[in-house]
Amino acid sequence: MSNTSTHSNYQPSHHILSVLVQNRAGVLARVSGLFARRGYNIFSLAVAPAEDPALSRITIVVDVDSAPLEQIVKQLFKLIDVVKISELDPRRSVERELMMATIRVAAEDRGQVVELTNIFEGKILAVGVEAITVSLEGSPDKLDDFEELLRGYGIVELQRTGRVALPKLDKEARVRTHKNGKAS
Amino acid sequence: MTEQLTGAQALIRALELENVDTIFGLPGGCILPAYDPLLDSSIRHILVRHEQGAGHMAEGFAHVTGRPGVVLVTSGPAATNMVTPLCDAFMDSIPMICITGQVPTSAIGTDAFQECDTVGITRSVTKHNELIMSADDIPLVVRQAFHIATTGRPGPVLIDVPKDVLQNKMTWHWPTDEEVLASLPGYKPTTKGHPRMIKEAARLILDAKQPVLYVGGGILKARAAEVLIELAELIGTPVVTTLMARGAFPDNHPLCLGMPGMHGNATAITAMQKSDLLINLGARFDDRITGKVSTFAPGAKIIHVDIDPAEQGKVRRPDVPIVGDCRLVIEELVKTIREMLASGDTQADISDWKSRVSGWQEQFPLYYPPNEPGEALKPQFCLEKLRDLAPAGTILCSGVGQHQMWSSQYWHFNEPYTWVNSGGLGTMGFSIPAAIGAKVGCPDRTVWAVDGDGCFQMTAQELVTASVERIPIKVAVLNNSYLGMVRQWQEMFYEERYSEVYLSPELPDFVKWAEAMGCVGIRVESPEEVEPAIALANSINDRSVVIEFRVDAGEKVFPMVPAGYGNDDVLLHPNQNDRREFLR
Repeated sequence: MSNTSTHSNYQPSHHILSVLVQNRAGVLARVSGLFARRGYNIFSLAVAPAEDPALSRITIVVDVDSAPLEQIVKQLFKLIDVVKISELDPRRSVERELMMATIRVAAEDRGQVVELTNIFEGKILAVGVEAITVSLEGSPDKLDDFEELLRGYGIVELQRTGRVALPKLDKEARVRTHKNGKAS
Repeated sequence: MTEQLTGAQALIRALELENVDTIFGLPGGCILPAYDPLLDSSIRHILVRHEQGAGHMAEGFAHVTGRPGVVLVTSGPAATNMVTPLCDAFMDSIPMICITGQVPTSAIGTDAFQECDTVGITRSVTKHNELIMSADDIPLVVRQAFHIATTGRPGPVLIDVPKDVLQNKMTWHWPTDEEVLASLPGYKPTTKGHPRMIKEAARLILDAKQPVLYVGGGILKARAAEVLIELAELIGTPVVTTLMARGAFPDNHPLCLGMPGMHGNATAITAMQKSDLLINLGARFDDRITGKVSTFAPGAKIIHVDIDPAEQGKVRRPDVPIVGDCRLVIEELVKTIREMLASGDTQADISDWKSRVSGWQEQFPLYYPPNEPGEALKPQFCLEKLRDLAPAGTILCSGVGQHQMWSSQYWHFNEPYTWVNSGGLGTMGFSIPAAIGAKVGCPDRTVWAVDGDGCFQMTAQELVTASVERIPIKVAVLNNSYLGMVRQWQEMFYEERYSEVYLSPELPDFVKWAEAMGCVGIRVESPEEVEPAIALANSINDRSVVIEFRVDAGEKVFPMVPAGYGNDDVLLHPNQNDRREFLR
């Protein structure tokens, strides 16, 4: 599904930080606290164990200029539990997000929602008498488009995971990894 | 052989193995188990009257010894009372270990008696903190805490220990250095400067025509005072020492210009403004130094040496950033410059610059009006007398406000680690407990605390601690019966509308209060009494002494760069205003 949408929440200038942390209690509070203290709004955040179970990967999407971002990356590095930070260039990374939505729809109109879901290559998760729950995994802008179209039917509940991202493999993967200059 | 200990025994043993000889603390419910094995330990415990006092004592101790100060307190209110000293230590990069009790693990989250979210509350005022959930973890967490607090950019580390963790049995194991490092995969401070950057810095230094060494507290943390003198003399460059770096370069050295910043002297301020190269060694372009950042040292290139990468470019973007330990970087810098000079390079002629700087020094010495007969004492006069009569090696501590600025201005700090103050956080009441901690760290030295009447009333109760624990310090209270610095701002920037700054001329009675706390109390009201009182105080070494100087409430600290203004707009003492054009 190609993206032509200009969804109001979508800022092409966003920054993605992929932060590898020790998988311990309180780490997320330390990381999010740093953003809160400087008044930066976290646009989305996803946390889960990484390839090494002792570590977790936090994917943070933040809308700030590069200059204050540089400062916050350095401050993040100062957290003892932060092991590695990569700043992913959105043009050089693959981003994915999962969305689930329950839509109120009468039985006679259900077919339209099913058709829409199929066009987007989503899944039907549950069907009720007057509602249907669907899911879609894909790039965040594809999810934005799907969400926009579903709104016409009446969304009862909607949950998105926030994006996760990894660097692209094809061309030169431009990952800016801050490996050195760690801590203090 | 596996040795079984209680968590409390393991904690105290771990502290002993970290070479802790003194703990500042106050027991309470949840930390009680740790106080029992303390009875059998070689560690000296100093029982404070308020936990905040313990924190500042630990800071004073760390300031003068370079070793982390250790605090042991209970949960809840004791932990919240530690927030101020933790933040103070965090701002001024003071190594400190704070151990707090916590309610038993089964009660955490139930709003139990004296429960608070200590790690949550202190997260943003510590370099690191940790809630220990198992007695087996105690030795490793203690070792990590000392490692983190004392390496890289030093700072406070808090360890929160639930009561049952202190009571539970554990199998003793003292982790090796390798185990400690392996347990901290995300903590690897950079200490050695990048050779290419050091070469670039050397190049800039040799080419500069108007260089200034801008020296901060990092010099003291890195134990770099000696090699700094070597560098300054090698390149013949004037040195300014920030409030945190007083003593890092000797005031009596011909290259020393003293303190820059909001209440710095006109020469130090102007030399930075006019410089073409600022060599920042362990300072952080604090707003009290730069004034309005956009007009700060507009023609200067910047070399910035700091062990904390986050300081690079935080306020002013450096031309040459060097992340590393000040001592190691300066050593390399000296070596590189020597090599360049030996291979035919030459340093630009800076003699014109230096004579310009000495011109400013001649025109703009610190000034205060002389004592007039029958009028109130000048506070600056008291400080000069304290300075001149101080025994060699005296350590000076101060609170926060006018008296702090006069202390920094009028004292001659000729050796490192003789100045203890609260620079970043500006904590009123810092002085007395910090002086007690400094005296514990350096018992053979005279320790003077200069305090204001406002500050004194915040933490004076720790003089009881000093008396009971036999830690004799000397306190000079400059009593102008005002919150003097606030009064100064209201006079200068709020049309003399004095709002809530007048304390009281007669209350409290400082002499009686001092006596009630086991100290000698002396009141000084006229200039003739100043020297005899100080001489008497200096001769008493078995008790603490408090001298109350009744001083002129109208005296203001000059020079002053008003908040929000640039350093070019420095307000000189009114007596020197007619010479202003010399600052061009």
